[in-house]
Amino acid sequence: MNHLEVRHLSKSFETNSVLKDVHFSVGNGEFVSLLGPSGSGKSTLFRIIGGISLPSSGSIHLNGEKINGKRGSISYTPQSPSLMPWRTILDNVLLGQELTGYRDREKAIAMMKRAGLEGYEKAYPHELSGGMKQRASFIRSLLSPQELILLDEPFSALDEFTRIDMQKWLLSIWEAHQRSILFITHHIEEAIFLSDRIIILSARPATVRKEFVIPFERPRKESLLLSDEFLQWKKKIYEEMRFPHVSSSD
Amino acid sequence: MRSIFEKGWRPILALILLFIFWEFCTIIFEIPAWLLPSPSQVFAEAFTGWSGYQVHLASTVQLVITGFLIGASVGIIVAVSLHLIPFMRQAFYPLIIISQNIPTIVLAPLLVIWFGFGILPKLIVITLVCFFPITIALLDGFRQTDNDLKHYVQMAGATKQQIFWKLEWPHALPSLFSGLKISATYSVMGAVISEWLGASKGIGVYMTLASSSYRTDRVFVSIFLIVIMSLIFFAIIRVLEKWVINWKPIEKGSHHESS
Repeated sequence: MNHLEVRHLSKSFETNSVLKDVHFSVGNGEFVSLLGPSGSGKSTLFRIIGGISLPSSGSIHLNGEKINGKRGSISYTPQSPSLMPWRTILDNVLLGQELTGYRDREKAIAMMKRAGLEGYEKAYPHELSGGMKQRASFIRSLLSPQELILLDEPFSALDEFTRIDMQKWLLSIWEAHQRSILFITHHIEEAIFLSDRIIILSARPATVRKEFVIPFERPRKESLLLSDEFLQWKKKIYEEMRFPHVSSSD
Repeated sequence: MRSIFEKGWRPILALILLFIFWEFCTIIFEIPAWLLPSPSQVFAEAFTGWSGYQVHLASTVQLVITGFLIGASVGIIVAVSLHLIPFMRQAFYPLIIISQNIPTIVLAPLLVIWFGFGILPKLIVITLVCFFPITIALLDGFRQTDNDLKHYVQMAGATKQQIFWKLEWPHALPSLFSGLKISATYSVMGAVISEWLGASKGIGVYMTLASSSYRTDRVFVSIFLIVIMSLIFFAIIRVLEKWVINWKPIEKGSHHESS
């Protein structure tokens, strides 16, 4: 059963076409990554899925219901942690729930403990490191009542090792909770390591170029990152992304 | 408190040196007291004349507090409505700027003609002087709301009301306090000006009486009173600010704080 369906979505700003016939779906409990070059309109796509802007044509369906222009139907983890500096971490983490009604403090405290944020409930965001803020931001999404989580390049500002730690942490949390995730990134290894399926977007106007089902079994270990099979996948995807792009636009 | 003393000794020393210089000048050049009293004469008058001016002081303090509270409320209400209703902003923003270009000195006698010598024209003057810095600062605070945060709450499905109360209002609080601090000092000035126009008591009245009877020492006493009042009001707002905005990182070695 498909959870999120993006059907033939196009978006253009005046003469500038950003998305062209983007078509894909995310199944229940599936981890799907959108991989594309920077500036390929991924953020525009997220804004449309989030209901902030409307598509020029096409539609978005969540559990069969059309959600064009309908806000709050998905849970969102932005690129920057976007924690409110005047709220404690606990209050920040509860924000998603608060906006839709009901606060579950106990669950939030338990979740923070699992994320290694124990003891920081009363701290303010400026007292936390980048990785910790990003974890808090993700917990906020997990605690939100929506079933589908959109992650917009959440680890792009982190250094390599923090990034790998965060990826492992994200996988462990995801495996425990089995939420559907749509993950945007331009980092090939990250996409392979995390996803069940990778959707490759072309440069502007963005369109789905290819889909790969990543066969590695779960739970995935860090050692996977250096295996031959992994590197072959990386090569395959790299070539797919790199060469048509060079011949068409440069 | 310790940091106030650590940073504050320089201006205090400068002030003491200035007073000493002033004292010597009045002695050396034999300046008559009606022209320029020495600091010691001013301080002596400040102590011995307490019973003479305490009524005036109490009246002005009361006027400043009432005027400031009204002015601040008007400022906040105006800013919030201009922010939430775009039509209002387009229509009234220029008018608000214009309201500040009318000299208070010109406007005040008119207000007396229209509203008499009661407290109403005085409160209007103070409100006019007070609301502007608050409105402008608060509007700026609303406008500078962090885009990432706004994007997040919109994606999360926040209503317009939730966006205002959970994001824009707390985000604008530091700006509001900058406005309040400016207005707190302005409100003292506004009160004194409004008292010049016609009042039975107040520091403005005391000052007018003193200067028309060549009691220059009393003029200086009222100047000091105005300065001290302004500083105290400023300090009160500063304390409130520290109490309300308790989430800001403690800035070490900041030079902007004490000025």
